[in-house]
Amino acid sequence: MKVLKINKDDWANGLKKLGESCRLLGPLKDGEFHNFKELGQGELPDFNFRNTRLSPKSIVYPQSEKMFDYTLDQNDPNHNILKEAEKDYSPQVVLGIRPCDAKALSLVKLNFDTPEYQDTYWLKRFESTTLVGLACHNPCSNCFCTSTGTGPFHPEALDMLLVEDNDQFLAQILTEKGEAIAKTAGWSTEAGSDAPAQITAMKEAAEGRMTSFISAENLKNKSAMEIYEDPYWEDVSFSCINCGTCTYLCPTCWCFDVQDETCGNCGIRMRNWDSCMYPLFSLHGSGHNPRGQKLQRVRQRFMHKLKYFLDKYDEGIQCVGCGRCVRYCPVNIDIRRVCELMNRSEACPVTI
Amino acid sequence: MQNPYLPYPVRISEIITETEDRNLKTFKYVFIDPEDEEKFDYQAGQFAELSIAGKGEIPIGIASSPVEKGFLKFTVNKVGLVSTHLHNMKVGDVMGIRGPLGNWYPWDIMEGKNVVIIGGGFAFTTLRSSIVYMLANRDRFKEIHVIYGARTPGMLLYVDELKEWEKRDDIHMHITVDATDDPDWKYNKGFVPTITDQKAPPGTDDTYAIICGPPIMIKFTQPVLEKLDYAHDHIIMSLENRMKCGIGICGHCNIGRHFVCKDGPVFTLNQLNNMPKEY
Repeated sequence: MKVLKINKDDWANGLKKLGESCRLLGPLKDGEFHNFKELGQGELPDFNFRNTRLSPKSIVYPQSEKMFDYTLDQNDPNHNILKEAEKDYSPQVVLGIRPCDAKALSLVKLNFDTPEYQDTYWLKRFESTTLVGLACHNPCSNCFCTSTGTGPFHPEALDMLLVEDNDQFLAQILTEKGEAIAKTAGWSTEAGSDAPAQITAMKEAAEGRMTSFISAENLKNKSAMEIYEDPYWEDVSFSCINCGTCTYLCPTCWCFDVQDETCGNCGIRMRNWDSCMYPLFSLHGSGHNPRGQKLQRVRQRFMHKLKYFLDKYDEGIQCVGCGRCVRYCPVNIDIRRVCELMNRSEACPVTI
Repeated sequence: MQNPYLPYPVRISEIITETEDRNLKTFKYVFIDPEDEEKFDYQAGQFAELSIAGKGEIPIGIASSPVEKGFLKFTVNKVGLVSTHLHNMKVGDVMGIRGPLGNWYPWDIMEGKNVVIIGGGFAFTTLRSSIVYMLANRDRFKEIHVIYGARTPGMLLYVDELKEWEKRDDIHMHITVDATDDPDWKYNKGFVPTITDQKAPPGTDDTYAIICGPPIMIKFTQPVLEKLDYAHDHIIMSLENRMKCGIGICGHCNIGRHFVCKDGPVFTLNQLNNMPKEY
């Protein structure tokens, strides 16, 4: 694998060149927290962060997105007919995405890119995006990525992986897209032959700093209905206030709602992130609601992440261990604890 | 890449008020671009999203049959924002249709078999599509029974067609109403489960039942069919759930790992026994 060496000057100069041909996005300090934003001219991403509070999923999948335009003006020959909205799918480069969040995109892709239907909005934007990852040297105390099929240096879904090494980056080129942006940026200094070994050593050191783990090995073979009917859901959901924070922060939550918004005679059909934590999510027109109770909604979220997804795709669980829902849940519901309950091989007394 | 969220433009060509409470109307549509009709290749049991710019979309079972060409038909109950707006639209108005969506009744499996159709209330739409399809391909099925009930005679859908089917000798019609004081009512009186008990043929390897109706009807019909020896994989049901995308992406209509919109809406009772009761 090709490894380049990029010193801080080359980094700044390279981004300047890259910025001439594509949009650059990266973490920037936004009040108390970092958030992925488009970089202004000459602006550098701020890598002095552990991870952003919001996941970068909105880069490929905006929280609100226009799908169609329409006019209701009876004098317009196309009135009441939806027209494709104009979209900007010009190339964009994401700088400093953490490996867990990149892995999340490859999980979410399973939902948006199916043999029967392709979600054009998600896929076109995903294809126009180059992902430059930033390895994690100091995982958070509630991150558990190494037990979810990813890790602090995991290359999956990335085009390039940056490893900070004192005042320079070691950059692993992982795909042709990664190769192309390195060329555009003028990053061409190959790192020494000891670089791969150096990266491996740093990777092992980072993994050694992980303090949080989950076990999911029994989930595959347990029956979904058995877990569904387990007795602990009442205790798990007891404190939940259905705020939906977990679903909005989660890099692997993808559910959306579709709404029309009209102003005068013109309007748009748009989609917005939605959350299975809300009663309206499943409410029928008749008033009947299959998941009208909090317990049912909380169970739905964990069952989807840790069991339904696993059964459906056989690509692991729908969680990358980024720890955001653990850190920001206002009532301290902890997916690691729920996973442990679901994974237990024997019936157990309810204790949380 | 084709955008799966873009509806075909259609024009309303006819509106029929079906029931005495005027809450159910049948809308007949023609495609504005004839090529779209060819792309809209459907089977009895599928549904589509009716799309009204400025209001939204609703998933509705297709009431016309694949053997009827040149138009699509949907019978819509007035319930919420979109359906209420639709009920106020007029012949000639333009809107959109997206589909066909979902799976269909298992016509390949039911070929050469007896089919018992059990419907209640306004859930008779895809069953109408199925009956028209089977009658047009009559030699591909053995005995056909139809048990269809509504609250009153005035709440039955497709009354003219029901009368036509009554006259035929190659389909056994068992129309019923919960109650009526109409002295001219010459069909059955009683709830659908009761009439099923009296009229449905016994379950065999060669007999399939398709049930579509309100939850209360399904709840009480299921034990009757079990009593008549219908195996759970011979009892076929069509489900509904709140939907948005209709193509298994938006996440709204899931029951466990299955999406009603894409893996359904048609499931056998055998399948449903192993799924959460989230519908």
